Amino acid sequence: MKIRRDVFQAIADPTRRAILLLVATQTMTAGAIAANFDTARPTVSKHLAILTECELLQPEQNGREIYYHLNPQKMKEVAEFIEPFRKMWDARFNKLEAMMKNYKPTK
Amino acid sequence: MELKTKVSAPDGKQEIIVTRDFDLPVELLFKAHVDPELLGQWMGTKVLKMEGKPHGSYLLETTDDKGKVLFRANGVIHTFIPNSKIIRTFEMENAPIGVQLEVQSFEKLTDNTSRFTGRTIYETVAQRDQVVQFGMEKGVNMAHDRLQAVIGKLK
Repeated sequence: MKIRRDVFQAIADPTRRAILLLVATQTMTAGAIAANFDTARPTVSKHLAILTECELLQPEQNGREIYYHLNPQKMKEVAEFIEPFRKMWDARFNKLEAMMKNYKPTK
Repeated sequence: MELKTKVSAPDGKQEIIVTRDFDLPVELLFKAHVDPELLGQWMGTKVLKMEGKPHGSYLLETTDDKGKVLFRANGVIHTFIPNSKIIRTFEMENAPIGVQLEVQSFEKLTDNTSRFTGRTIYETVAQRDQVVQFGMEKGVNMAHDRLQAVIGKLK
């Protein structure tokens, strides 16, 4: 039975995020992607399969090689993609506010 | 709980807008953005240089416990109007996301409240999306040590 892959689950994994970031700058072969990791090649292949399955990556056969590129449309569908970024700034600003409320100017 | 910080990344545009209202006089809000020590504290990075003036520059750096550089960013200040506006460039070193233009506005709402609006303009929509989706720190970590830090945690 094939397990339905969830996009959020896919991008929750740090290695898969790193793969997406690599491929975001240029189309790469599986071998070139794997070369960036210390992880065993089959592990990287598994990550690529998951990312392909949920359509974040698009594989393209070119001769003997498979090239992977990012599917920007699918990335956009990650509707809450902005939330972690917002949370990061919210936390920083909360800190700023708390800090400055207690701020005493030093002469 | 309602979160106070709002972020918008309009579809197809290469910008991010961050807005936040503070229970602080605008003078203190501004100070927290330009005083190296204060800025470093809430941003969680070291501010090695901060010249608050037109043509001034700044340098931010974060290191781990062993002194290894995890994040380094710098930029040039173009406009510096105290308690009102900063326009500056921002570039993360060794990260594939280019140079950004930041327009930061500081507005007085009442004597004790103020609003921050930060508009960051990227070179391309793709770069903007990359920053939002992966977070700045992650991008930087990757660029600096080719994922060693991230991958190390998996093993």
